[in-house]
Formats: sequence, C-alpha cells, structure tokens
Amino acid sequence: SATVAGENGLFSGVQLRHSALERNKRCLLAYLYNRLEQIKKMRWEFGSVLPPEVKFNMCEQEVQWFSKYNKMLANYMRSIGGEGGLDLTQDLKPPKTLYIEVRCLMDHGEFETQDGNILLLKKNSQHFMLRSECEHLIRQGILEHIVH
Amino acid sequence: MADIDEIDGVSDEEVEALTAGEVLQKLEEAWLNEKFSPELLEAKTDLVDCMLEQVTEMEENIKRAKKGDFKVVLHRMEIDRIRYVLSSYLRCRLKKIERYTTHVLEQESNRKEEDVCHLSPEEFTFAKEYGTTMETHMKNLVLRHMPPNLQTMDFKQTTIRPNLDSYVFLRVIEDTDGVLVEEETLDTGEEIVDLQKGDQHIMRYKPLSGLVMSGAVSLI
Repeated sequence: SATVAGENGLFSGVQLRHSALERNKRCLLAYLYNRLEQIKKMRWEFGSVLPPEVKFNMCEQEVQWFSKYNKMLANYMRSIGGEGGLDLTQDLKPPKTLYIEVRCLMDHGEFETQDGNILLLKKNSQHFMLRSECEHLIRQGILEHIVH
Repeated sequence: MADIDEIDGVSDEEVEALTAGEVLQKLEEAWLNEKFSPELLEAKTDLVDCMLEQVTEMEENIKRAKKGDFKVVLHRMEIDRIRYVLSSYLRCRLKKIERYTTHVLEQESNRKEEDVCHLSPEEFTFAKEYGTTMETHMKNLVLRHMPPNLQTMDFKQTTIRPNLDSYVFLRVIEDTDGVLVEEETLDTGEEIVDLQKGDQHIMRYKPLSGLVMSGAVSLI
C-alpha cells in the first residue's frame, strides 16, 4: 500500500520500492519510445505501406499508431502552401544532376516518363532518367543508381 | 536567378516587394539557421508559400516551352534545387517538432500576443495530434498496467528540451554591441562582446537566440 501512517521505520522501505517502480516505468517508456522512433524511420524509408516482415514484429497498437502517424503526416504535407501541398518524403538528398543513369534490378513493366516516352523496365536494362521521377523506384529497390 | 526573372517575366509579389531571387535567398538563410539552431525558430510560412507558387509557375512555363529548348533543362534543375531546399527546411522543422513536442506546445501556450509564432497553424495541429497519439499509445501499452499512483505521464520528467547551451558557428550580418555572453557569477564578471559586421564566431547559442531571429546574425 502506498500510504503508511505513522510507521516511521517503514519509510525507507517504501522509498526504495517507489524508486524501483519509477525506474521500471522509465525503462518501459524508453523501450516503447525507441520502438516508435524506429517505426517512424520506416515510414520515411519505405513509404506508407510496411513490408510484411516488419509488420509481423509490431504489436497491434503499434500498427494503429503507424496508420495514425501516416494520416497526420499526409494531412500536414497536403496542407503546405496554397494547393496540393509538398511531399516531404521525396528529395531527401541535394540534387547533383538532372538526369541519372539507373539499372533495373527486376522486371517492372512499362514506365511512362514526363515527356511521354515509354521505357521498358526489364531486369538488367539501363536507362537515363530524370532524377525526380525515379527517386522513389530507387528507394523501393526496383532501380539501382549507377555511379561511375 | 536574374536570368529566370527575365525569361519568365516573374513580377514582384504583391505582398512583399521582393523578387523571386530575394525570396529564395531569404529561404536559404532561414533553412541554414533552422538546420544549425538547437531550438525551433519562427515559422516562415510566407516564404514557403511564395516559393511554392514560384515553383508551380515555373513548372507551367516548362510545359508551355518548346521541346528540346535548353532553358527547359536549366529550369528543371532550378526547380529540383528549390524543392530540395524547401523540403529540407520543412523536414528539419518537423523533426524538431516531433522531438520537442511537449516543449514546443508549452512555448506556444505561454506565448504573448505580440510575439511571433514559432509554429505555423498546420504545424500546430500536427504537434497537438502527435502529442496526443504518443500519450494514448503509452497509456494503452504501459501506464494502464501500472499501480494507480504511477499511471500518469509525468511531463516534468519526460519532456525533452532543446539544449540551448550548445555551441554554434555564426556570421555577423549587422553590427551589434553589448551582447551579454556570460552572466556575472561569484568568480567571474560579466562578459560582454561586440559583434562587428562580417565577423565569424563560435559561441553558445543561448545569448544569440534573439539575434538569430531578428536576422542580425546567421548560423553557418
């Protein structure tokens, strides 16, 4: 019991128990907080759909938290500026060149560029594409940026 | 940027008499300050809005231009660069809001009418929602199962506050005299520094926060 009336001898015992409880609480909160930080990092790396292996390791509430975070982030990004908003998960690195050379790591079918050209993304084919168009494909692992 | 002005015929914005080039320069300054400052600085929503408008205008111009025109390539690169600066600036702010949520919301509730807001209205909504989802998450997973007197999130203990004593590099934009760097203690006297225009220093952030916000110094 948390209240000890008049029993002076038990004060130190209560204090010890209380400190232990507070420490346990702090450890638990820190553990959960760090898991959430990792999950947040995944949103910025993988996008709004989580790979199944990651989802398997998350508990029910964390999955719910992830979808809430997704919604909050989407609402915020949509509200930037006057219309349309700005996708903050793109343009993560400063742009060095306008076009980049990429190699396809797996078959991805046809891809239509901004100019209207259609590229066939077959495994091991190389293409010269606008950086802004293929950034998300590189992050998903479908294309690989070739650096010389 | 003067090149872009004459190609597109970009005129002065009606709100501020600044050219697109000046807006971009101010945005870059705000971006660098935000990057190197330990705390969340003022929200420069007008700069962001203005720049985004410019970008959409430039994209329209590109669509209308003839294919194979060299200007298109230059414009596209400029758009990529501007988009990167904007995204990086907003991402930096978002990261600070997520890390210092309770501190930022406290600051906002203590703000007086005349002070400038550090959060844009959208950022404020985001901060509030983020704080509440975090708290409900902890409540559902941990605090619900604790003994009754430990069931609250003790914010005095758990809030993360920005470390205003961290050191920053700065360049002086305007002459400022009499910056109080160290306060008087029993052993040492006060230390007052005069900042000359063009000087570069490394100092504790705390005495500089007002000067950064007013634009008298910029962080590098």
